[in-house]
Amino acid sequence: MKILTGNDLPSGAVIWWAGDGWSRHVEDAVDVGEAGEATLTREEGARRVNSAYMIEAVATPEGPRPAHIKDRIRALGPTVRPDLTLKPADPDAGSWVI
Amino acid sequence: MTLRFRDDDPHEEPAVTLDCFLTQEDAHAVRVEAGEDVRQLIPHFDRLKLVEIAFPRFRDGRGYSAACILRESGYTGELRAEGDVLVDQILFLRRCGFDSFAPVQPLDARLVEHALKRFPFVYQAAADAAVPVWKLRHG
Amino acid sequence: MYKYDLYDQAIIDARVDEFRDQVRRRIAGEITEDQFKPLRLKNGLYLQLHAYMLRVAIPYGTLSSRQLRMLARIARTYDRGYGHFTTRQNIQYHWIKLEQAPDILAELATVEMHAIQTSGESIRNISADHYAGAAADEIEDPRPWAELLRQATTFHPEFSYLPRKFKIAVTASPVDRAALRWHDFALRIVRDEARDTGFEVFAGGGMGRTPFLAYPIRAFLPAEQIFSYLQAVLRVWNRHARRDNIHKQRMKILVHELGEAEFTRQVEEEFGHVLKLGTDFPRVEYERISAHFAPPPFETGLSEDIDRSDPEFALWVDRQTVPHKAPGYAIVNVSLKKVGGIGGDVSAEQMDAVADVAEAFSFDELRVSHAQNLVLPHVRKQDLYMVWQALDAAGLADINLDLVTDIIACPGLDYCSLANARSIPVAQKIATRFADLDRQLDVGELKIKVSGCINACGHHHAGHIGILGVDRKGTENYQLLLGGSGAEDASPAKITGPGFDEDGIVDAVERAVERYRALRDPGERFLDTYRRVGFEPFKEAIYG
Repeated sequence: MKILTGNDLPSGAVIWWAGDGWSRHVEDAVDVGEAGEATLTREEGARRVNSAYMIEAVATPEGPRPAHIKDRIRALGPTVRPDLTLKPADPDAGSWVI
Repeated sequence: MTLRFRDDDPHEEPAVTLDCFLTQEDAHAVRVEAGEDVRQLIPHFDRLKLVEIAFPRFRDGRGYSAACILRESGYTGELRAEGDVLVDQILFLRRCGFDSFAPVQPLDARLVEHALKRFPFVYQAAADAAVPVWKLRHG
Repeated sequence: MYKYDLYDQAIIDARVDEFRDQVRRRIAGEITEDQFKPLRLKNGLYLQLHAYMLRVAIPYGTLSSRQLRMLARIARTYDRGYGHFTTRQNIQYHWIKLEQAPDILAELATVEMHAIQTSGESIRNISADHYAGAAADEIEDPRPWAELLRQATTFHPEFSYLPRKFKIAVTASPVDRAALRWHDFALRIVRDEARDTGFEVFAGGGMGRTPFLAYPIRAFLPAEQIFSYLQAVLRVWNRHARRDNIHKQRMKILVHELGEAEFTRQVEEEFGHVLKLGTDFPRVEYERISAHFAPPPFETGLSEDIDRSDPEFALWVDRQTVPHKAPGYAIVNVSLKKVGGIGGDVSAEQMDAVADVAEAFSFDELRVSHAQNLVLPHVRKQDLYMVWQALDAAGLADINLDLVTDIIACPGLDYCSLANARSIPVAQKIATRFADLDRQLDVGELKIKVSGCINACGHHHAGHIGILGVDRKGTENYQLLLGGSGAEDASPAKITGPGFDEDGIVDAVERAVERYRALRDPGERFLDTYRRVGFEPFKEAIYG
């Protein structure tokens, strides 16, 4: 599947295209199919996202898993600071990245 | 639309390429592409009325050195920045000696005025009249 | 330390005002990201993996306690409670919001700090020997010249849109603690026969994907002509350098392509021209700046004795302190390399604690080293025990200066959008493997440097052992390099062969270290043995 990601312009937070808006959580990301480029252009133009791009992801029961490790680290947070990730209470969250 | 910081009348003759200018002895206006060596113009200042320096992208800084070299060598005619010229670069362009601007995208006059007045002091002498702070410090 | 006058302050304040306006225009959609990016980079603001990153300049690595407390305040108020000291003696914050960046710069300006030209294609923060003004072996304090150049290169109208970044370092000692020859432009203070101060000048060095050591281009340049000479160098580069391939635009490539002789000839020709323009700062301005760096009021008649009855303390003294030029004083190195921690990271609480120690025991002064540690430059030997206790209480009394666990590592793929692989976990695993202090002391000086991509922020080219993270078909892979140095015996490290995975690279490092232990002559460091016996015995140990 293809999903869209980028950073929120004023805050810089990592965001994912959820079909009707942007979400902080990769679990909410939707497959954009062929519509990805058009959505990117529209959303960048409206400044609802900054430096957005389309990536490959694999659909899993827990939600989309980005194909590249860089985007998995973006989705979770730094592997060396579990306390600063989106799942600070889950000691095993880092294994999802690797 | 050209933004000018000169009191004399604009020189309307179209600018020719550097190679043409060097061979056409009746030419008075030259267009210099990024990367061309403006030192070749130094012997021709007496007939030179307008130098237009191209900025293909605003991040391409070669034109800043070109302008400084011309002003340091005594050129007093119009020095125009043409191309991808943006308001956030205009202060440095002015300091390097540019006195007219032909931007692809029009500049907001109010923002230009702010940009040119923003910094009350400068650290180094350049082609403009600004006095460097070391000189202000020691009178 | 240098103190701003009304001119310096007005310039910094105007810069905050300018950036506030630029941020407003970006958020309002008046300028595109393409137009905004160079502007934010000139204010040290990157867009990284998790947020914006702000890199704050620490000119020539010198800080006051008050400034460090402000850095702690920024960490607490605008970031997530910590900062990361970098290999250019700066600090960066990894969780910054664009909309708050102008407020942060405004706060920094109240303590005479800024983020100007810490990124982008500009003349970067000037680095210097972190022992400047304290080292027993220096000719004079290099920082007045670094400050003079800081002012001369701040918002230089001709050189603000350079082909690429441009890095300057200044030292004044035969021992190189600033990786001089890895810089685009490097200055070593020397004296001529008449005892006049000048610079030995090097140009064209740099790391990145094509490492070059800077060439000596001038044996002696009269010190007061330095700005003219620098402008000549910059102009030759700015005029010539291509703009069509970002990987070929550093000055090192031009110097290499023209050849050092032709490059030097053009620089000298341009220098003859620039010198006549009279843009050099006059002697009286140098003297004004220099007065700010007058030595602190060192006491005389102090005891040289240190009570070594606490063995842990004695070990720390032996490893973490170095000779000071004033009798009765020592230079203290504060390790930011706790085994298992993140090198260069410091919490806001730790920053406050070190600031308190510096205020009480080091004339209110601190330094940041390019090896990502802190330095208390002027500590009375009689105070060392109290300093050690205070640092220990803050978790900052680790003993590992220049040892195998004192690893330089860039933030890597955990934070950086340029990275191909994570650096920090590799550094952590190596440090954990060698955690035993007796083993570290037995191995002796060994500088391991880890970069997460070819941009080489972790200085892997200059590592006795270097590690370069690469992306191999979507997985992290690590190449091993040997024989680099960033000191006065500078040399580029050499890649050993095929790369390793994360655990494999730790094993490979250990095999190299054990081969060194088997081969070394008495008194030899790892690097000395490597240079004596050559590459093959190590390659055989690493790959079997």
